[in-house]
Amino acid sequence: MSIFDNPFDPDRNLRAGCACGQHQSAAEHEQAIALRCDPVESEEKRYEGVVASAVMRAMFPQDAARRAFLKSVGASTALAALSQFFPLQTATEVFAQAGAPEKKDLKVGFIPITCATPIIMAAPLGFYAKHGLNVDVVKTAGWAVIRDKTINKEYDAAHMLAPMPLAISLGLGANAIPFAVPAIENINGQGIVLATKHKDKRDPKDWKGMKFAIPFDYSMHNYLLRYYLAEHGIDPDTDVQLRSVPPSEMVANLRADNIDGFLAPDNICQRAIYDGVGFMHLLSKEIWDGHPCCSFAASREFITTAPNSFAALTRAIVDATAYASKAENRKQIAEAIAPANYINAPVTVLEQVLTGTYADGLGGVKTDEKRVDFDPFPWQSFAVWMLTQMKRWGQIKGDVDYKAVAEQVYLATDTRKLMTEMGLAPPAGSYKSFAVMGKTFDPAKPEDYLAGFKIRKAS
Amino acid sequence: MTTTSLRLRAGLVSIVLLAAFLGVWHLAVRSTAPVATMSPEYAKLMGLTATQGKSAMPGPVDVAAKLWEHVRRPFYDNGPNDKGLGIQLGYSIARVGTGYLLAVLVAIPLGFLIGMSPLLSQALDPFIQLLKPISPLAWMPLALYTIKDSSISAIFVIFICSIWPMLLNTVFGVASVRKEWINVARTLEVGTIRRAFTVILPAAAPTILTGMRISIGIAWLVIVAAEMLVGGTGIGYFVWNEWNNLSITNVIIAILLIGIVGMLLDQILARFTRMVTFPE
Repeated sequence: MSIFDNPFDPDRNLRAGCACGQHQSAAEHEQAIALRCDPVESEEKRYEGVVASAVMRAMFPQDAARRAFLKSVGASTALAALSQFFPLQTATEVFAQAGAPEKKDLKVGFIPITCATPIIMAAPLGFYAKHGLNVDVVKTAGWAVIRDKTINKEYDAAHMLAPMPLAISLGLGANAIPFAVPAIENINGQGIVLATKHKDKRDPKDWKGMKFAIPFDYSMHNYLLRYYLAEHGIDPDTDVQLRSVPPSEMVANLRADNIDGFLAPDNICQRAIYDGVGFMHLLSKEIWDGHPCCSFAASREFITTAPNSFAALTRAIVDATAYASKAENRKQIAEAIAPANYINAPVTVLEQVLTGTYADGLGGVKTDEKRVDFDPFPWQSFAVWMLTQMKRWGQIKGDVDYKAVAEQVYLATDTRKLMTEMGLAPPAGSYKSFAVMGKTFDPAKPEDYLAGFKIRKAS
Repeated sequence: MTTTSLRLRAGLVSIVLLAAFLGVWHLAVRSTAPVATMSPEYAKLMGLTATQGKSAMPGPVDVAAKLWEHVRRPFYDNGPNDKGLGIQLGYSIARVGTGYLLAVLVAIPLGFLIGMSPLLSQALDPFIQLLKPISPLAWMPLALYTIKDSSISAIFVIFICSIWPMLLNTVFGVASVRKEWINVARTLEVGTIRRAFTVILPAAAPTILTGMRISIGIAWLVIVAAEMLVGGTGIGYFVWNEWNNLSITNVIIAILLIGIVGMLLDQILARFTRMVTFPE
């Protein structure tokens, strides 16, 4: 599956598109396997694989010749012969180190929610250190503050809601400053929670006049809640009240009866259930399975002034994301990020979010392993979708060049290169089509998609 | 004799009030709400509020136990986002101190000038009147945007909120020095500078210190809010971080400490005021 399978395997095709041989092209293969980082035993092994592949490719330009050679002498002999005259070990070390970072001591801001898992866990679990960085992860009070501190260069990079870098780059709610997203933090991992008193009002059509909290105006939470309400015939601008409330204050507000519910990032949803003030109406996964949630963002300026530091940071985040995507690591991660220095929440709550076995607040225990998942690839089609929603709800006025903005902010090409270097299997394309509540989104036709919505803000 | 007995009786009443308060608090949070029956598997995933009907509000015993934990290790440092209460208070006091001292350095000389010159006093009055009632936190976004550094912004907010009471009191103190004293100084041909330091300053000192005392109180009020906003370090950040974890116990402890430190700061200034007060 991975391009890192053993290069000394005679049955493996090193150059043609599809690695597993079941698909005609690499693109098809990628579509077939879920977007997921392949588990790799260890960093060194993976890099060794990359280097060995390159060497074998150079020695045997004809793939057939390589296979024949391997079949006749056997993999171990080939490896021994190869390492005789080529210092595989040294080459691997050199490769893994890449360029020395211009700046080693970095500050990365985060908001204490499970979306930030890769950013946070990379500190206690040593992913930053592995890539030669000394990173302080700094907890921040809210999205506006994290935006301002990153713009002010107090932070070198930060955890942001996936639409925020787009909004900042476009100058929505801030001065236009070019920002970029090298990696998505998490996919899924949000939920609609209602106050316990509404447990019989499960049909959104009954929600007229209710008050909902969202974490920020430029958030997937906002767009998903609006989308969900609109699909059920509720106009989010006139029929209900949406309030921007920092995640940490949502549970307290729900308990105080200031709001009827919220679409929040986890662990906030689970915390409301844990404290007995609400129940899980719906996981955001049920609106759009695989939707992006939060992103890892940095300013263009940082990327140009410290490209190696930025690359090392991205590698650390991608590495951490790959680690977090594996179910067997989730319990360990929950314990690592629970202390007051990081998320500051009960371990039980984080475990329920990360393992996907959770109390639903109505007396049942549910299991959904994909409740939150981690996949770093910054699909540009995600950006295009967010831009359509920004336009739909009047945040963007006038025309927008969807593709240009998406490609400028979501660094799919760079991340693909980096992931390939790291021995991961990034998807071949940067755009993919997906369905939100059964409605297919074609990234090539954003205007048509937008025109298909009945409920939208009159412009 | 009567004063000691009054003090004794007042102390006694204080203790009774405290005991009554703690007793009511203890009883109020002890009551448990009815609990819905749930499967043990489900209960394991839920918090105590849901499983045992425990009140979300901690009792005095919980708070005392937690406080003891904090008092025993006030200076621990578990990384950038988790430091002991002693360190957090230290950061807050340092911020307040810096902003406040800067304000003293600006407000008192400026107040002197304004107080001694009726022209300046009238010319600057509208500006001061306009700027004085602005909530210090309203400056925060502007400060963050222009200064581009959150810790300096916090200090700036302290500076801007503590400058007004001092400035106004200095102006008032200087302007209302008794005319006879100034005239006596004039008759004795004392120079302006010397007159300011030997006659006006001692005469206005009690009023100036009263202004400083009001300012330190305001500065301490504001720092908590400012730190909740910018985060990072300080007692305000501690409150926010514990609120984030919905740990009301720690929030109550922080409130208690904020009160104690505020009281100490006020007492220090009160002592200074007494030192410069003179009988007329």
